[in-house]
Amino acid sequence: MDRAILHSDMNCFYAAVEMLHHPEFAGRPLAVGGDPEARHGIVLTANYPAKKRGVKTGMVLWQARQICPELVIVAPRMDLYLRFSRLAHQIYAEYTDLQEPFGIDESWLDVSASASAVGDARHIAAEIRARVKKELGLTVSIGVSWNKIYAKFGSDYKKPDAITEITRENYRDIVWRAPVSDLLYVGRATAKKLRSLGLNTIGDVAVCEPRILTAHLGKIGLILRIFACGEDQTPVSAEGSASPIKSIGNSTTTPRDLVSTDDVRMVVCLLAESVAARLRENHFVGRNIGISVRDNELFSFGRQQQIEVPTNISDEIAEHAMRIFLRHYRWEKPIRSVGVRVADLVPDAYCYQTSLFLDERMREKQLKMDMAVDAMRRRFGHDAVLRGRLYCDRILAGLDAKADDHMVHPHSYFEKGVHVSEEG
Amino acid sequence: MSERIGCKVYVDVTAEFSSDGVLRPLGLVWEDGTHYAIDRVKKIERCASRRAGGAGIMYTCVVGGREIHLFYEENYRWFLEARE
Repeated sequence: MDRAILHSDMNCFYAAVEMLHHPEFAGRPLAVGGDPEARHGIVLTANYPAKKRGVKTGMVLWQARQICPELVIVAPRMDLYLRFSRLAHQIYAEYTDLQEPFGIDESWLDVSASASAVGDARHIAAEIRARVKKELGLTVSIGVSWNKIYAKFGSDYKKPDAITEITRENYRDIVWRAPVSDLLYVGRATAKKLRSLGLNTIGDVAVCEPRILTAHLGKIGLILRIFACGEDQTPVSAEGSASPIKSIGNSTTTPRDLVSTDDVRMVVCLLAESVAARLRENHFVGRNIGISVRDNELFSFGRQQQIEVPTNISDEIAEHAMRIFLRHYRWEKPIRSVGVRVADLVPDAYCYQTSLFLDERMREKQLKMDMAVDAMRRRFGHDAVLRGRLYCDRILAGLDAKADDHMVHPHSYFEKGVHVSEEG
Repeated sequence: MSERIGCKVYVDVTAEFSSDGVLRPLGLVWEDGTHYAIDRVKKIERCASRRAGGAGIMYTCVVGGREIHLFYEENYRWFLEARE
């Protein structure tokens, strides 16, 4: 029997949550974006009136303002969005335990088992759509199909506040006629390559000879063909079986360019403190530390390193991050933005092999100190206790890393393992 | 103390917790300082308020024979929707 899979996508998620909390902006174009005063500003999400005027995700704020002068711009409030995302997941969880988040605003739900009890998949989709609207004040578009790829296609097909069912009867008319770029994981480069082979629609890919696809695209060609045919068998993973968060990171565009190692050390300290605090808040320790650096000509790179003993201690994270930085940056240009990220997360109750070269007693003290700082900041605000280093440059230190863009990285589709066999 | 943001009026509420964990509002103080007793809670459900702007648990209450919607937001504050 076919599976019953839904893909639910919360429309213009960040902007929709902001619109709900700002009824005074009703009907006006709105974008959620960084703080333009502090120099970092791109549009993260725009609402429909703004999109209609040409405002797009990723656009620089001044550009967006140029094409739409009456645009309302609000700074992102990630914690609020995470709260609404959690509330949506609670609604989904009432229909199935097979729930797989894809980013903060999308989820696949396998309702095959509950379909007979609650009504068919379409009925469940209608109920979810109505409930999210009433209870959270947000709209979702939901795709219903027998595989994850078509379900995702369905949720993108009609927006906002809509349900699209892709059945064995209609997929040739709906999915196969759509351009290849509408298929999950067909980016601009792949689309171009496919078009150069004369494959313009998803249907063209579906009926194409497998060996032609492998010859030009390699293994991904076969995967795309499976996607296009609706034969993807990847299961929707069970709720809670994987951490929805893969890594915790913070990055910031600094109020002035960084010109010395001391400057970088100050910003890295701030970022590491905020990343470590969030790791502790969520009861994680991480075994992989990464940095990202962008210079003032917007060239950027990232480096990461595996560490021996997983950590959530601010000083350790800062130290590792600085070590990576010093090894890889040659100071050819001033730096505009820096990021620190901890990945490979495990629960903080996790047992680990202690290192001969680390003083565990000292580490315990450092952790206690960090937690004391957390408690103080919770009660009296972030500025209640600051590092002495930050007094060297109050402008740089003024950036509140905690309020900056929190990055939440979804797991990639392919990590779950899409299996391909050569026969096509 | 009450606080008004547009049509959203945060109010002081007296509430009780039953031993089985149910939270029930008993009375509230409107922004003009008047105390109102809540005679009955008719319904408890999750709901968004488009007028006031926000979402939470909506208590449909009877106050002086009239029905009102009292919202308990996730920031642990109670709000009412003002008419204008």
